[in-house]
Amino acid sequence: MLDVAGLEVAYGDYQVIWDVSLHVAAGEIVSVLGPNGAGKSTVLNTISGLCRPKAGRITFKGERIDGLPPYEIVGRRLAHIMERRRVFPYLTVRQNLWLGGYNPSARKERAQTLDFVFELFPRLEERESQLAHSLSGGEQQMLALGRGLMARPELLLVDEPLLGLAPAVAADMMRILRQINETGVSILFIEQNVQTALSIADRGYVLEGGHLVLDGTAEELLASADVKRIFLGG
Amino acid sequence: MAAPGFLSETPDDPELAAARAEPLRAPPSRGQWILGAVIGVCLLAYPLVFDQPYQQHVLIMIFIYALMAQGWNVLAGYCGQISLGQAVFFGIGAYSAAFLFSNFQISPWLGMAVGVVVSMVVALLIGIPTFRLKGHYFAIATLVIGEIAQTVFINWEYVGGATGIWIPIEWDAPWFAFQFHDSKLPYYYIGLGFLALACLCVYWLERSRTGLYFRAIREEPEAASSLGTDVTRYKLIAIMVSAAFTSVAGSLFTQYILVIDPETVFPLILSILVVLMTMMGGVGTLWGPIIGTAVLFPLSEMTRIYFGGSGGAEDLMIYGALILLISVFYPRGLIGLVHKVMGRGSHA
Repeated sequence: MLDVAGLEVAYGDYQVIWDVSLHVAAGEIVSVLGPNGAGKSTVLNTISGLCRPKAGRITFKGERIDGLPPYEIVGRRLAHIMERRRVFPYLTVRQNLWLGGYNPSARKERAQTLDFVFELFPRLEERESQLAHSLSGGEQQMLALGRGLMARPELLLVDEPLLGLAPAVAADMMRILRQINETGVSILFIEQNVQTALSIADRGYVLEGGHLVLDGTAEELLASADVKRIFLGG
Repeated sequence: MAAPGFLSETPDDPELAAARAEPLRAPPSRGQWILGAVIGVCLLAYPLVFDQPYQQHVLIMIFIYALMAQGWNVLAGYCGQISLGQAVFFGIGAYSAAFLFSNFQISPWLGMAVGVVVSMVVALLIGIPTFRLKGHYFAIATLVIGEIAQTVFINWEYVGGATGIWIPIEWDAPWFAFQFHDSKLPYYYIGLGFLALACLCVYWLERSRTGLYFRAIREEPEAASSLGTDVTRYKLIAIMVSAAFTSVAGSLFTQYILVIDPETVFPLILSILVVLMTMMGGVGTLWGPIIGTAVLFPLSEMTRIYFGGSGGAEDLMIYGALILLISVFYPRGLIGLVHKVMGRGSHA
Protein backbone atom coordinates (compact mmCIF):
# COMPACT_ATOMS: atom_id res chain seq x y z
CA MET A 1 0.00 0.00 0.00
CA LEU A 2 2.78 2.40 0.98
CA ASP A 3 6.24 1.99 -0.47
CA VAL A 4 9.15 4.20 0.42
CA ALA A 5 12.36 3.53 -1.50
CA GLY A 6 15.77 5.12 -1.06
CA LEU A 7 14.42 8.16 0.77
CA GLU A 8 16.89 10.97 1.44
CA VAL A 9 15.83 14.17 3.18
CA ALA A 10 17.83 17.29 3.94
CA TYR A 11 17.01 20.54 5.71
CA GLY A 12 18.99 22.94 3.56
CA ASP A 13 22.47 21.48 3.34
CA TYR A 14 22.00 19.40 6.43
CA GLN A 15 21.02 15.88 5.51
CA VAL A 16 19.03 14.01 8.13
CA ILE A 17 17.73 10.91 6.32
CA TRP A 18 19.90 8.55 4.29
CA ASP A 19 18.55 5.82 2.07
CA VAL A 20 15.50 4.81 4.07
CA SER A 21 13.19 2.23 2.53
CA LEU A 22 10.09 0.85 4.13
CA HIS A 23 6.68 -0.44 3.23
CA VAL A 24 3.29 -0.93 4.79
CA ALA A 25 0.93 -3.57 3.45
CA ALA A 26 -2.83 -3.15 3.55
CA GLY A 27 -4.22 -3.87 7.01
CA GLU A 28 -0.87 -3.78 8.79
CA ILE A 29 0.25 -1.88 11.87
CA VAL A 30 3.88 -0.94 11.48
CA SER A 31 6.01 0.91 13.98
CA VAL A 32 8.97 3.21 13.40
CA LEU A 33 11.30 2.97 16.36
CA GLY A 34 14.40 4.82 17.31
CA PRO A 35 15.95 7.17 19.83
CA ASN A 36 15.45 10.95 19.81
CA GLY A 37 16.81 12.68 16.77
CA ALA A 38 16.87 9.52 14.68
CA GLY A 39 14.73 11.14 11.99
CA LYS A 40 11.46 9.32 12.64
CA SER A 41 9.27 12.41 12.44
CA THR A 42 11.07 13.61 9.34
CA VAL A 43 10.25 10.34 7.58
CA LEU A 44 6.55 10.70 8.42
CA ASN A 45 6.53 14.40 7.50
CA THR A 46 8.06 13.56 4.15
CA ILE A 47 5.51 10.84 3.43
CA SER A 48 2.63 13.22 4.17
CA GLY A 49 4.18 15.99 2.06
CA LEU A 50 5.14 18.46 4.80
CA CYS A 51 8.81 17.95 3.89
CA ARG A 52 10.18 17.42 0.42
CA PRO A 53 12.55 14.56 -0.20
CA LYS A 54 15.95 15.15 -1.75
CA ALA A 55 15.91 11.74 -3.38
CA GLY A 56 13.92 8.55 -3.39
CA ARG A 57 10.37 7.62 -4.28
CA ILE A 58 7.22 7.31 -2.25
CA THR A 59 4.32 5.41 -3.75
CA PHE A 60 0.91 5.08 -2.19
CA LYS A 61 -1.63 2.68 -3.68
CA GLY A 62 0.61 2.35 -6.69
CA GLU A 63 0.94 6.06 -7.43
CA ARG A 64 3.88 8.31 -6.70
CA ILE A 65 3.08 10.92 -4.09
CA ASP A 66 6.49 12.40 -3.34
CA GLY A 67 6.54 16.08 -4.24
CA LEU A 68 2.76 16.45 -4.02
CA PRO A 69 1.47 19.16 -1.66
CA PRO A 70 0.08 17.83 1.63
CA TYR A 71 -3.53 18.68 0.81
CA GLU A 72 -3.44 16.42 -2.23
CA ILE A 73 -1.92 13.58 -0.29
CA VAL A 74 -4.70 13.76 2.32
CA GLY A 75 -7.18 13.62 -0.52
CA ARG A 76 -5.74 10.24 -1.47
CA ARG A 77 -6.73 8.96 1.96
CA LEU A 78 -3.43 9.16 3.72
CA ALA A 79 -3.81 11.09 6.97
CA HIS A 80 -1.03 12.28 9.24
CA ILE A 81 -1.42 12.92 12.96
CA MET A 82 1.48 15.09 13.93
CA GLU A 83 3.58 15.00 17.05
CA ARG A 84 2.22 16.96 20.03
CA ARG A 85 -1.32 16.66 18.69
CA ARG A 86 -1.54 20.15 17.20
CA VAL A 87 -5.22 20.59 17.89
CA PHE A 88 -6.63 24.04 17.13
CA PRO A 89 -6.84 25.37 20.69
CA TYR A 90 -9.46 28.08 20.22
CA LEU A 91 -11.79 26.11 18.01
CA THR A 92 -14.36 23.74 19.44
CA VAL A 93 -13.93 19.98 19.40
CA ARG A 94 -16.52 19.78 16.66
CA GLN A 95 -14.84 22.46 14.54
CA ASN A 96 -11.53 20.66 14.95
CA LEU A 97 -13.07 17.43 13.74
CA TRP A 98 -14.86 19.13 10.89
CA LEU A 99 -11.61 20.62 9.64
CA GLY A 100 -10.27 17.11 9.25
CA GLY A 101 -13.10 16.14 6.94
CA TYR A 102 -13.22 18.98 4.46
CA ASN A 103 -11.08 17.56 1.70
CA PRO A 104 -13.18 16.60 -1.32
CA SER A 105 -12.72 12.85 -0.96
CA ALA A 106 -14.15 12.82 2.58
CA ARG A 107 -16.56 15.74 2.58
CA LYS A 108 -19.67 13.94 1.41
CA GLU A 109 -19.47 11.24 4.04
CA ARG A 110 -18.40 13.38 6.94
CA ALA A 111 -21.64 13.04 8.93
CA GLN A 112 -21.19 9.26 9.02
CA THR A 113 -17.48 9.60 9.69
CA LEU A 114 -18.22 11.88 12.62
CA ASP A 115 -20.53 9.22 13.98
CA PHE A 116 -17.79 6.65 13.70
CA VAL A 117 -15.33 8.94 15.47
CA PHE A 118 -17.79 9.62 18.29
CA GLU A 119 -18.39 5.90 18.64
CA LEU A 120 -14.67 5.38 18.99
CA PHE A 121 -14.24 8.34 21.34
CA PRO A 122 -17.47 8.91 23.27
CA ARG A 123 -15.59 11.45 25.36
CA LEU A 124 -15.29 13.74 22.35
CA GLU A 125 -19.02 13.70 21.79
CA GLU A 126 -19.59 14.75 25.39
CA ARG A 127 -17.25 17.67 24.83
CA GLU A 128 -18.03 18.59 21.27
CA SER A 129 -18.77 22.25 21.93
CA GLN A 130 -15.83 22.79 24.27
CA LEU A 131 -12.73 24.63 23.09
CA ALA A 132 -9.94 22.18 22.37
CA HIS A 133 -7.43 23.81 24.71
CA SER A 134 -9.66 22.96 27.67
CA LEU A 135 -9.30 19.22 27.04
CA SER A 136 -6.87 17.01 28.94
CA GLY A 137 -3.78 15.68 27.20
CA GLY A 138 -5.37 12.31 26.55
CA GLU A 139 -8.52 13.90 25.19
CA GLN A 140 -6.48 16.13 22.93
CA GLN A 141 -4.71 13.07 21.56
CA MET A 142 -8.11 11.48 20.95
CA LEU A 143 -9.18 14.65 19.19
CA ALA A 144 -6.06 14.62 17.03
CA LEU A 145 -6.72 11.00 16.10
CA GLY A 146 -10.39 11.65 15.47
CA ARG A 147 -9.55 14.67 13.34
CA GLY A 148 -7.21 12.53 11.26
CA LEU A 149 -9.87 9.85 10.86
CA MET A 150 -12.30 12.47 9.52
CA ALA A 151 -10.28 12.37 6.29
CA ARG A 152 -11.36 8.71 5.94
CA PRO A 153 -7.81 7.49 5.63
CA GLU A 154 -6.81 4.10 4.35
CA LEU A 155 -3.39 4.70 5.87
CA LEU A 156 -2.89 6.63 9.08
CA LEU A 157 0.50 8.03 10.05
CA VAL A 158 0.70 8.69 13.79
CA ASP A 159 3.64 10.49 15.35
CA GLU A 160 4.24 9.53 19.01
CA PRO A 161 0.64 9.02 20.07
CA LEU A 162 1.71 8.30 23.63
CA LEU A 163 3.77 11.43 24.18
CA GLY A 164 3.04 12.87 27.59
CA LEU A 165 0.22 10.50 28.43
CA ALA A 166 -0.26 8.79 31.79
CA PRO A 167 0.42 5.02 31.60
CA ALA A 168 -3.25 4.07 31.94
CA VAL A 169 -4.24 6.49 29.17
CA ALA A 170 -1.35 5.25 27.04
CA ALA A 171 -2.63 1.68 27.30
CA ASP A 172 -6.06 2.94 26.21
CA MET A 173 -4.50 4.69 23.26
CA MET A 174 -2.77 1.51 22.10
CA ARG A 175 -6.07 -0.33 22.34
CA ILE A 176 -7.74 2.40 20.28
CA LEU A 177 -5.06 2.24 17.59
CA ARG A 178 -5.64 -1.47 17.31
CA GLN A 179 -9.40 -0.87 17.16
CA ILE A 180 -8.91 1.62 14.33
CA ASN A 181 -6.73 -0.89 12.57
CA GLU A 182 -9.41 -3.54 12.90
CA THR A 183 -11.81 -1.36 10.91
CA GLY A 184 -9.39 -1.77 8.00
CA VAL A 185 -7.13 1.27 8.36
CA SER A 186 -3.43 0.54 7.99
CA ILE A 187 -1.26 2.33 10.52
CA LEU A 188 2.34 3.51 10.50
CA PHE A 189 3.26 4.98 13.87
CA ILE A 190 6.24 6.29 15.75
CA GLU A 191 6.97 5.23 19.28
CA GLN A 192 10.03 5.33 21.48
CA ASN A 193 9.05 2.56 23.82
CA VAL A 194 9.93 -0.66 22.02
CA GLN A 195 7.89 -2.96 24.24
CA THR A 196 4.75 -0.87 23.99
CA ALA A 197 5.07 -0.33 20.26
CA LEU A 198 5.70 -3.95 19.44
CA SER A 199 2.81 -5.06 21.64
CA ILE A 200 0.45 -3.95 18.89
CA ALA A 201 2.65 -3.65 15.79
CA ASP A 202 2.99 -6.42 13.24
CA ARG A 203 6.42 -5.21 12.18
CA GLY A 204 8.89 -2.51 13.04
CA TYR A 205 11.69 -0.43 11.54
CA VAL A 206 14.50 0.93 13.67
CA LEU A 207 16.08 4.24 12.70
CA GLU A 208 19.30 5.53 14.13
CA GLY A 209 21.06 8.73 13.09
CA GLY A 210 18.97 8.96 9.94
CA HIS A 211 19.80 5.45 8.77
CA LEU A 212 17.59 2.40 8.78
CA VAL A 213 19.51 -0.03 10.94
CA LEU A 214 17.09 -2.85 11.53
CA ASP A 215 13.72 -4.16 10.52
CA GLY A 216 11.68 -7.23 11.19
CA THR A 217 8.55 -8.64 12.69
CA ALA A 218 7.64 -7.73 16.23
CA GLU A 219 8.91 -11.07 17.52
CA GLU A 220 12.24 -10.74 15.71
CA LEU A 221 12.83 -7.24 17.00
CA LEU A 222 11.88 -8.09 20.57
CA ALA A 223 14.40 -10.92 20.51
CA SER A 224 17.12 -8.90 18.82
CA ALA A 225 20.24 -7.94 20.72
CA ASP A 226 20.77 -4.98 18.38
CA VAL A 227 17.60 -3.33 19.58
CA LYS A 228 18.88 -3.48 23.14
CA ARG A 229 22.19 -1.99 22.03
CA ILE A 230 20.56 0.88 20.14
CA PHE A 231 18.20 1.83 22.90
CA LEU A 232 20.26 1.02 25.94
CA GLY A 233 23.77 1.61 24.60
CA GLY A 234 26.63 -0.84 25.17
CA MET B 1 -7.52 -3.37 -0.61
CA ALA B 2 -11.01 -3.96 0.76
CA ALA B 3 -12.89 -0.88 1.84
CA PRO B 4 -12.27 -0.28 5.53
CA GLY B 5 -15.24 -1.16 7.69
CA PHE B 6 -16.32 2.30 8.57
CA LEU B 7 -15.88 3.51 5.02
CA SER B 8 -18.46 1.09 3.71
CA GLU B 9 -21.27 1.68 6.14
CA THR B 10 -23.49 4.54 5.02
CA PRO B 11 -26.45 5.10 7.32
CA ASP B 12 -28.41 7.54 5.23
CA ASP B 13 -30.40 9.12 8.00
CA PRO B 14 -31.44 12.71 7.28
CA GLU B 15 -32.09 13.40 10.96
CA LEU B 16 -28.60 12.30 11.78
CA ALA B 17 -27.21 14.49 9.05
CA ALA B 18 -29.09 17.49 10.44
CA ALA B 19 -27.84 16.79 13.93
CA ARG B 20 -24.34 16.75 12.54
CA ALA B 21 -24.79 20.03 10.75
CA GLU B 22 -21.78 22.19 10.16
CA PRO B 23 -20.28 23.30 13.44
CA LEU B 24 -20.04 26.93 12.49
CA ARG B 25 -21.65 29.73 14.39
CA ALA B 26 -25.23 29.80 15.46
CA PRO B 27 -27.34 32.49 13.80
CA PRO B 28 -27.68 35.65 15.86
CA SER B 29 -30.17 35.50 18.70
CA ARG B 30 -33.23 37.73 18.83
CA GLY B 31 -31.54 40.03 21.32
CA GLN B 32 -28.61 40.46 18.95
CA TRP B 33 -30.92 41.26 16.05
CA ILE B 34 -32.67 43.92 18.12
CA LEU B 35 -29.39 45.40 19.32
CA GLY B 36 -28.07 45.46 15.75
CA ALA B 37 -31.21 47.15 14.49
CA VAL B 38 -31.08 49.79 17.22
CA ILE B 39 -27.43 50.56 16.47
CA GLY B 40 -28.21 50.72 12.75
CA VAL B 41 -31.08 53.17 13.22
CA CYS B 42 -28.98 55.31 15.58
CA LEU B 43 -26.16 55.49 13.02
CA LEU B 44 -28.56 56.37 10.22
CA ALA B 45 -30.20 59.10 12.31
CA TYR B 46 -27.01 60.49 13.88
CA PRO B 47 -26.10 63.11 11.25
CA LEU B 48 -29.68 64.35 11.20
CA VAL B 49 -29.58 64.98 14.93
CA PHE B 50 -25.97 66.12 15.20
CA ASP B 51 -25.70 68.53 12.30
CA GLN B 52 -22.47 70.32 13.20
CA PRO B 53 -19.74 69.56 10.64
CA TYR B 54 -17.31 68.52 13.33
CA GLN B 55 -19.72 66.06 14.90
CA GLN B 56 -20.17 64.43 11.52
CA HIS B 57 -16.47 64.60 10.70
CA VAL B 58 -15.58 62.42 13.69
CA LEU B 59 -17.97 59.70 12.61
CA ILE B 60 -16.83 59.82 8.98
CA MET B 61 -13.23 59.38 10.07
CA ILE B 62 -14.27 56.52 12.37
CA PHE B 63 -15.94 54.79 9.41
CA ILE B 64 -12.81 55.12 7.28
CA TYR B 65 -10.46 53.90 10.01
CA ALA B 66 -12.83 51.12 11.06
CA LEU B 67 -13.01 49.91 7.47
CA MET B 68 -9.24 49.75 7.40
CA ALA B 69 -9.13 48.10 10.82
CA GLN B 70 -11.64 45.52 9.65
CA GLY B 71 -9.31 44.82 6.72
CA TRP B 72 -6.42 44.19 9.07
CA ASN B 73 -8.71 42.08 11.22
CA VAL B 74 -9.44 39.68 8.34
CA LEU B 75 -5.76 39.10 7.66
CA ALA B 76 -4.34 39.22 11.17
CA GLY B 77 -7.28 38.59 13.46
CA TYR B 78 -8.79 35.67 11.61
CA CYS B 79 -5.93 34.30 9.53
CA GLY B 80 -3.14 35.15 11.98
CA GLN B 81 -0.84 36.95 9.54
CA ILE B 82 0.34 40.11 11.30
CA SER B 83 0.78 42.80 8.66
CA LEU B 84 2.45 46.08 9.56
CA GLY B 85 2.20 47.43 6.04
CA GLN B 86 -1.51 48.05 5.55
CA ALA B 87 -0.73 51.64 4.54
CA VAL B 88 0.45 50.24 1.19
CA PHE B 89 -3.11 49.33 0.26
CA PHE B 90 -4.53 52.50 1.77
CA GLY B 91 -2.11 54.53 -0.34
CA ILE B 92 -2.86 52.62 -3.51
CA GLY B 93 -6.58 53.23 -3.00
CA ALA B 94 -5.96 56.90 -2.32
CA TYR B 95 -3.69 57.42 -5.32
CA SER B 96 -5.86 55.45 -7.74
CA ALA B 97 -8.86 57.66 -7.09
CA ALA B 98 -6.88 60.92 -7.04
CA PHE B 99 -4.56 60.26 -9.95
CA LEU B 100 -7.13 58.97 -12.42
CA PHE B 101 -9.49 61.86 -11.70
CA SER B 102 -6.96 64.69 -11.76
CA ASN B 103 -5.13 63.44 -14.86
CA PHE B 104 -7.78 61.72 -16.93
CA GLN B 105 -11.08 62.97 -15.47
CA ILE B 106 -12.03 59.40 -14.65
CA SER B 107 -14.70 59.23 -11.97
CA PRO B 108 -13.22 58.42 -8.56
CA TRP B 109 -15.82 55.68 -8.25
CA LEU B 110 -14.05 53.92 -11.09
CA GLY B 111 -10.74 54.97 -9.54
CA MET B 112 -11.81 53.26 -6.35
CA ALA B 113 -12.56 50.06 -8.26
CA VAL B 114 -9.19 50.28 -10.03
CA GLY B 115 -7.56 50.79 -6.63
CA VAL B 116 -9.21 47.63 -5.31
CA VAL B 117 -7.97 45.61 -8.27
CA VAL B 118 -4.44 47.05 -8.09
CA SER B 119 -4.32 46.52 -4.33
CA MET B 120 -5.39 42.91 -4.69
CA VAL B 121 -2.73 42.30 -7.33
CA VAL B 122 -0.11 43.97 -5.15
CA ALA B 123 -1.36 41.87 -2.22
CA LEU B 124 -0.72 38.76 -4.30
CA LEU B 125 2.75 39.98 -5.25
CA ILE B 126 3.51 40.68 -1.60
CA GLY B 127 1.91 37.49 -0.35
CA ILE B 128 3.50 34.96 -2.64
CA PRO B 129 7.07 35.57 -1.44
CA THR B 130 6.36 36.75 2.13
CA PHE B 131 3.99 33.96 3.13
CA ARG B 132 6.98 31.68 3.00
CA LEU B 133 8.04 33.55 6.12
CA LYS B 134 6.55 32.75 9.49
CA GLY B 135 5.35 34.85 12.39
CA HIS B 136 7.50 37.84 13.15
CA TYR B 137 9.36 37.63 9.88
CA PHE B 138 6.18 38.20 7.92
CA ALA B 139 5.41 41.23 10.10
CA ILE B 140 8.89 42.65 9.52
CA ALA B 141 8.67 42.04 5.77
CA THR B 142 5.38 43.94 5.53
CA LEU B 143 6.81 46.77 7.62
CA VAL B 144 9.68 47.12 5.18
CA ILE B 145 7.38 46.92 2.15
CA GLY B 146 5.31 49.76 3.64
CA GLU B 147 8.39 51.93 3.95
CA ILE B 148 9.50 51.09 0.41
CA ALA B 149 6.08 52.04 -0.95
CA GLN B 150 6.26 55.43 0.70
CA THR B 151 9.75 56.09 -0.65
CA VAL B 152 8.69 55.05 -4.14
CA PHE B 153 5.75 57.45 -4.14
CA ILE B 154 7.84 60.32 -2.73
CA ASN B 155 10.21 59.95 -5.67
CA TRP B 156 7.69 59.14 -8.36
CA GLU B 157 7.24 62.48 -10.11
CA TYR B 158 4.60 61.18 -12.53
CA VAL B 159 2.14 60.86 -9.64
CA GLY B 160 3.13 64.10 -7.98
CA GLY B 161 6.23 63.10 -6.07
CA ALA B 162 6.56 64.43 -2.55
CA THR B 163 3.94 67.14 -3.05
CA GLY B 164 1.27 64.61 -3.90
CA ILE B 165 -1.96 65.38 -5.70
CA TRP B 166 -4.42 68.24 -5.31
CA ILE B 167 -7.70 67.02 -6.61
CA PRO B 168 -9.37 69.58 -8.92
CA ILE B 169 -12.51 70.96 -7.35
CA GLU B 170 -15.62 70.08 -9.26
CA TRP B 171 -18.86 71.88 -8.40
CA ASP B 172 -21.28 70.70 -11.04
CA ALA B 173 -21.25 66.93 -10.93
CA PRO B 174 -20.83 65.91 -7.29
CA TRP B 175 -21.73 62.28 -7.76
CA PHE B 176 -19.52 61.81 -10.81
CA ALA B 177 -16.61 63.60 -9.13
CA PHE B 178 -17.31 62.04 -5.74
CA GLN B 179 -16.98 65.48 -4.13
CA PHE B 180 -19.60 67.00 -1.90
CA HIS B 181 -18.99 70.59 -0.89
CA ASP B 182 -22.35 71.57 0.54
CA SER B 183 -22.84 68.87 3.08
CA LYS B 184 -20.99 66.04 4.75
CA LEU B 185 -24.03 63.81 4.61
CA PRO B 186 -23.06 61.96 1.40
CA TYR B 187 -19.61 61.18 2.85
CA TYR B 188 -21.26 60.00 6.03
CA TYR B 189 -23.66 57.61 4.36
CA ILE B 190 -21.17 56.35 1.78
CA GLY B 191 -18.63 55.65 4.54
CA LEU B 192 -21.25 53.94 6.67
CA GLY B 193 -22.37 51.90 3.67
CA PHE B 194 -18.91 50.58 2.87
CA LEU B 195 -18.23 49.80 6.52
CA ALA B 196 -21.52 47.91 6.75
CA LEU B 197 -20.61 45.99 3.61
CA ALA B 198 -17.23 45.03 5.08
CA CYS B 199 -18.91 43.91 8.29
CA LEU B 200 -21.33 41.77 6.32
CA CYS B 201 -18.37 40.13 4.59
CA VAL B 202 -16.76 39.37 7.94
CA TYR B 203 -20.09 38.15 9.32
CA TRP B 204 -20.29 35.74 6.42
CA LEU B 205 -16.64 34.80 6.83
CA GLU B 206 -17.21 33.84 10.48
CA ARG B 207 -19.82 31.34 9.33
CA SER B 208 -18.03 29.99 6.31
CA ARG B 209 -15.63 27.17 5.69
CA THR B 210 -13.11 29.75 4.51
CA GLY B 211 -13.33 31.42 7.92
CA LEU B 212 -12.75 28.11 9.66
CA TYR B 213 -9.68 27.52 7.49
CA PHE B 214 -8.42 31.01 8.36
CA ARG B 215 -8.66 30.29 12.07
CA ALA B 216 -7.07 26.87 11.66
CA ILE B 217 -4.15 28.53 9.85
CA ARG B 218 -3.90 31.12 12.61
CA GLU B 219 -3.72 28.51 15.34
CA GLU B 220 -1.73 25.63 13.86
CA PRO B 221 -0.59 26.22 10.29
CA GLU B 222 1.22 22.90 9.96
CA ALA B 223 -1.70 20.92 11.31
CA ALA B 224 -4.03 22.78 8.98
CA SER B 225 -1.76 21.86 6.11
CA SER B 226 -1.53 18.22 7.13
CA LEU B 227 -5.33 18.05 7.32
CA GLY B 228 -5.64 19.09 3.73
CA THR B 229 -5.88 22.88 3.78
CA ASP B 230 -4.04 24.64 0.99
CA VAL B 231 -2.50 27.06 3.49
CA THR B 232 -0.84 29.41 1.01
CA ARG B 233 -3.99 29.74 -1.02
CA TYR B 234 -6.10 30.74 1.98
CA LYS B 235 -3.47 33.17 3.23
CA LEU B 236 -3.53 34.80 -0.20
CA ILE B 237 -7.31 35.03 -0.08
CA ALA B 238 -7.05 36.70 3.33
CA ILE B 239 -4.50 39.29 2.24
CA MET B 240 -6.48 40.09 -0.92
CA VAL B 241 -9.70 40.67 1.00
CA SER B 242 -7.77 42.73 3.50
CA ALA B 243 -6.19 44.79 0.72
CA ALA B 244 -9.58 45.42 -0.90
CA PHE B 245 -11.14 46.81 2.32
CA THR B 246 -8.10 48.94 3.01
CA SER B 247 -7.93 50.27 -0.52
CA VAL B 248 -11.57 51.38 -0.42
CA ALA B 249 -10.81 53.16 2.85
CA GLY B 250 -7.94 54.94 1.09
CA SER B 251 -10.15 56.09 -1.79
CA LEU B 252 -12.85 57.33 0.61
CA PHE B 253 -10.23 59.23 2.56
CA THR B 254 -8.94 60.90 -0.60
CA GLN B 255 -12.35 62.00 -1.75
CA TYR B 256 -13.09 63.36 1.69
CA ILE B 257 -9.83 65.29 2.15
CA LEU B 258 -9.24 66.09 -1.55
CA VAL B 259 -5.50 66.44 -1.18
CA ILE B 260 -3.06 63.63 -0.66
CA ASP B 261 0.67 63.14 -0.49
CA PRO B 262 2.85 60.16 0.41
CA GLU B 263 3.31 61.41 3.97
CA THR B 264 -0.43 61.30 4.61
CA VAL B 265 -1.45 58.07 2.93
CA PHE B 266 1.64 55.83 3.26
CA PRO B 267 2.90 56.54 6.78
CA LEU B 268 4.01 53.75 9.06
CA ILE B 269 1.95 55.23 11.87
CA LEU B 270 -1.20 54.51 9.88
CA SER B 271 -0.28 50.84 9.64
CA ILE B 272 0.39 50.80 13.37
CA LEU B 273 -2.82 52.66 14.26
CA VAL B 274 -5.10 50.11 12.65
CA VAL B 275 -3.29 47.39 14.56
CA LEU B 276 -3.78 49.25 17.84
CA MET B 277 -7.42 50.00 17.11
CA THR B 278 -8.23 46.40 16.31
CA MET B 279 -6.27 45.02 19.24
CA MET B 280 -7.96 47.42 21.58
CA GLY B 281 -11.41 46.42 20.38
CA GLY B 282 -10.81 42.71 20.05
CA VAL B 283 -8.76 40.84 17.47
CA GLY B 284 -10.54 38.22 15.41
CA THR B 285 -14.03 39.40 16.29
CA LEU B 286 -16.61 41.06 14.08
CA TRP B 287 -17.15 44.12 16.27
CA GLY B 288 -13.65 44.50 17.73
CA PRO B 289 -12.21 46.78 15.03
CA ILE B 290 -15.25 49.03 15.17
CA ILE B 291 -15.35 49.31 18.95
CA GLY B 292 -11.61 49.95 19.05
CA THR B 293 -11.78 52.67 16.40
CA ALA B 294 -14.83 54.25 17.99
CA VAL B 295 -12.93 54.58 21.25
CA LEU B 296 -9.47 55.48 20.00
CA PHE B 297 -10.22 57.95 17.24
CA PRO B 298 -12.31 60.39 19.32
CA LEU B 299 -9.78 59.98 22.10
CA SER B 300 -6.96 61.03 19.83
CA GLU B 301 -9.00 64.00 18.60
CA MET B 302 -9.74 65.07 22.16
CA THR B 303 -6.15 64.82 23.28
CA ARG B 304 -5.13 66.82 20.25
CA ILE B 305 -7.61 69.53 21.19
CA TYR B 306 -6.63 69.41 24.82
CA PHE B 307 -2.87 69.39 24.33
CA GLY B 308 -2.94 71.40 21.13
CA GLY B 309 -1.69 70.12 17.80
CA SER B 310 1.92 70.51 18.86
CA GLY B 311 2.93 67.37 17.03
CA GLY B 312 3.89 65.81 20.32
CA ALA B 313 2.74 62.25 20.71
CA GLU B 314 0.39 62.83 23.65
CA ASP B 315 -2.42 60.94 21.96
CA LEU B 316 -0.15 57.98 21.37
CA MET B 317 0.95 58.02 25.00
CA ILE B 318 -2.66 57.82 26.07
CA TYR B 319 -3.25 55.04 23.52
CA GLY B 320 -0.34 53.16 24.97
CA ALA B 321 -1.59 53.50 28.54
CA LEU B 322 -5.10 52.45 27.54
CA ILE B 323 -3.93 49.43 25.59
CA LEU B 324 -1.82 48.40 28.55
CA LEU B 325 -4.84 48.61 30.84
CA ILE B 326 -7.11 46.80 28.42
CA SER B 327 -4.64 44.00 27.81
CA VAL B 328 -4.21 43.46 31.53
CA PHE B 329 -7.91 43.44 32.39
CA TYR B 330 -9.49 42.37 29.12
CA PRO B 331 -6.87 40.47 27.13
CA ARG B 332 -9.35 39.89 24.35
CA GLY B 333 -10.00 43.59 23.98
CA LEU B 334 -12.96 45.81 24.77
CA ILE B 335 -15.22 43.21 23.21
CA GLY B 336 -14.55 41.16 26.36
CA LEU B 337 -16.02 44.00 28.40
CA VAL B 338 -18.99 44.24 26.05
CA HIS B 339 -19.70 40.53 26.41
CA LYS B 340 -19.41 40.80 30.15
CA VAL B 341 -21.89 43.67 30.26
CA MET B 342 -24.25 41.81 27.97
CA GLY B 343 -23.90 38.81 30.23
CA ARG B 344 -22.64 36.15 27.90
CA GLY B 345 -19.36 34.35 27.68
CA SER B 346 -17.01 35.42 24.94
CA HIS B 347 -16.34 32.79 22.35
CA ALA B 348 -13.53 32.20 19.94
